[in-house]
Amino acid sequence: MYPESMRESIKRLEATREHRLTEELPLMSPEERQKLLEGYHPDYRAEVFSEIKVGTSKGQKTPKEYASIFEAYSVIDPAKFDLSEVDYDVDVLVIGGGGAGAAAALVAQEHGADVLLVTKLRLGDSNTVMAQGGIQGADKENDSPAIHYLDVMGGGHYKNDPDLVEALVMDAPPVLSWLEKLGVMFDKESDGTMVTIHGGGTSRKRMHACRDYTGGEIMKTLKDEILNREVPVIEFGAAYELLTDGRKVTGAIIYNMETEEFVVVRAKTVILATGGGGRLHVMGFPTSNHYGATGDGLVLGYRAGAPLAFLDTIQYHPTGAAYPEQLLGLLVTEKTRSIGGQIVNTEGNRFVYELETRDVEAAAIIRECAGRKKGVVTPSGQPAVWLDTVVIEMRHGEGTVKSRLPAMYRQYERFGIDLATEPILIYPTQHYQNGGLKIDSTGETKVKNLYAAGEVAGGVHGTNRLMGNSLLDVIVFGRRAGLAAAERAASIKRQGKLSLKHLESYHDELKGARVPKKRKSPILLPDYRREETVENRIKVLS
Amino acid sequence: MAEEMVTIYVMGKQYEVPANLTIMKAMEHAGYRLVRGCGCRGAFCGACGTVYRTKDDYRLKVGLACQEMVQDGMYLTELPFYPGNKAQYDIEDLSADSETVLKLYPEVYRCLACNACTKACPQDIEVMEYIQTALRGDIAKTADLSFDCILCGLCASRCPAEIVQYNVGLLARRLYSRHVAEKSGHLEKRVGELKKGKYKKDIEKLKKMKTNELKELYNNRDMEPR
Repeated sequence: MYPESMRESIKRLEATREHRLTEELPLMSPEERQKLLEGYHPDYRAEVFSEIKVGTSKGQKTPKEYASIFEAYSVIDPAKFDLSEVDYDVDVLVIGGGGAGAAAALVAQEHGADVLLVTKLRLGDSNTVMAQGGIQGADKENDSPAIHYLDVMGGGHYKNDPDLVEALVMDAPPVLSWLEKLGVMFDKESDGTMVTIHGGGTSRKRMHACRDYTGGEIMKTLKDEILNREVPVIEFGAAYELLTDGRKVTGAIIYNMETEEFVVVRAKTVILATGGGGRLHVMGFPTSNHYGATGDGLVLGYRAGAPLAFLDTIQYHPTGAAYPEQLLGLLVTEKTRSIGGQIVNTEGNRFVYELETRDVEAAAIIRECAGRKKGVVTPSGQPAVWLDTVVIEMRHGEGTVKSRLPAMYRQYERFGIDLATEPILIYPTQHYQNGGLKIDSTGETKVKNLYAAGEVAGGVHGTNRLMGNSLLDVIVFGRRAGLAAAERAASIKRQGKLSLKHLESYHDELKGARVPKKRKSPILLPDYRREETVENRIKVLS
Repeated sequence: MAEEMVTIYVMGKQYEVPANLTIMKAMEHAGYRLVRGCGCRGAFCGACGTVYRTKDDYRLKVGLACQEMVQDGMYLTELPFYPGNKAQYDIEDLSADSETVLKLYPEVYRCLACNACTKACPQDIEVMEYIQTALRGDIAKTADLSFDCILCGLCASRCPAEIVQYNVGLLARRLYSRHVAEKSGHLEKRVGELKKGKYKKDIEKLKKMKTNELKELYNNRDMEPR
């Protein structure tokens, strides 16, 4: 399957396999890590960023691709849009149908709220469904929420909001228990003990999994539950703008992606659960993200006045597929390394311990290719290093790769690569936005009655998220936001006025900053028509 | 080197596209901006089920547009939605046996064992096998066999008995996990401890620490062996 140009390198890798099996690589020292990050992680490179010219977090830096969605006009003209007819009148409006949105809707309804969930694609279409590796939770005897807390803070470079981290780690066991009770099929021993493994940056084995379809299994269960409980859902309904009474959020304008009509929703509280922005393709990086990950909720919340936190840090997952071309950017789950897969350069040598945090691991791979020129180059010019999966079989027995990583195995099998006998090629891929709209521990943003949960929110993970804390985040904060939004809604006696005043002033600011009129956002979906596909264009850092 | 091109027919309309593309990327190359029929682009969400036929072959084939490569002369259409039956239930009230399955999805009785579902599955799941195990009341086996399902609906689209296999599999996994698999004792214990307020003090202490103190703790924390 691999072309001739790569065979030599594969031979070198095969030659070192016996040796590598027992080779121990140390964790880097804090100083080594810092130096590596400063040299090779895109977050530390000035050319990636610009300062946001308008809005409540004006002057903050963010990747240029993100700045371009904030520095853009709404497709809605606030002076002309008719808000006199209200199509839906609800207590809680949930925008987004992934893990956070579904959890929020279920909990809000349980607490007596009249809920409406809108999502621009199908219910469940999200990054949640793609999360393979696992979900963290300190539920074993040798572990505790305090140890989990320390791992999260260290992984996030101590920048995390302590209240949010507390919520994350303390809610983790109850959240796992909630999912178990709903009938999520976790990997367990016959006596019910959860099978748990390490992830990058964990000091205890607390990664719970559902084979390598963890997020998919959780999402399928939540979706089934939404349908069973008949939570009202509008699919292919994209939120184009929030509505406010000038100060507080009071609803949203939803766009029917198929009939191209607008509908007006009045809501006592609104939860943004729209996920991240991988499809903005920072620096032309490929992405592991879902088609709909275009950062819409960030734009909506920001225009309504919600400030941002940590939107200057993006997580590049160290192991995105680099070959074959058709898989470029897709995730090779971290679990591959958790169970013993090794990162190897073109000479057949390991150069980084496999379970460093994601930012360090990614920077080490970029350095190996761009700095030390010890990467492999694919026929399309994509730099890459090897991820040797064959050692997993040698360590844990024949058949392990197929049984522990069925999704991965199948994906590569389609292209004639057998993970049990051949290594694969990987390179970092844009995976996660560590920051987002600033929230408190109930999930509320700085704008009253506006909540945010999951990847659209910022602060939980500081400047770097650990594996398995994102699935946890979406369920923890989805549930928290659902509860808080339902309780707040119950305390609001009269529905608020609907206006686009906030948008008028935002547009004025854009004009003041001379932002060209033709720039519009949110973009709802990426546009790959006729391009050589953005996914195939990567700017290599040197 | 000139790119090798192939001719495909999207809903009957002819397009020339590069040969090294998946069906999804080929449609985009041809000018489609997908709204339906596109999701995760990585075989996890089941949004892009596709029916196609190749040149000089009467057989209908199915696959995922994000995974299947184009072939010269391919006639195709996406099948982004399938109007399958979904039963309503409260998982708490159910028992994990064939009675439950047959009460909620009586059409399972009608399985002809023709294996069309298995042949259609882009995930290579033994679909017919798990319908048969469900019929026999082996919920654990059904849950296990159906695990990799991504709900694309292609099995149901080919089923002459009008069974909605993917929903049967989902029901079985939830039944198994809720009512058959042992509850996790250590998880229950930890949840109980948290309810009593255990760990609150530990966290409070950590929250009050200065970054340097936290760093010290973090850099010297003991690691459970890999």
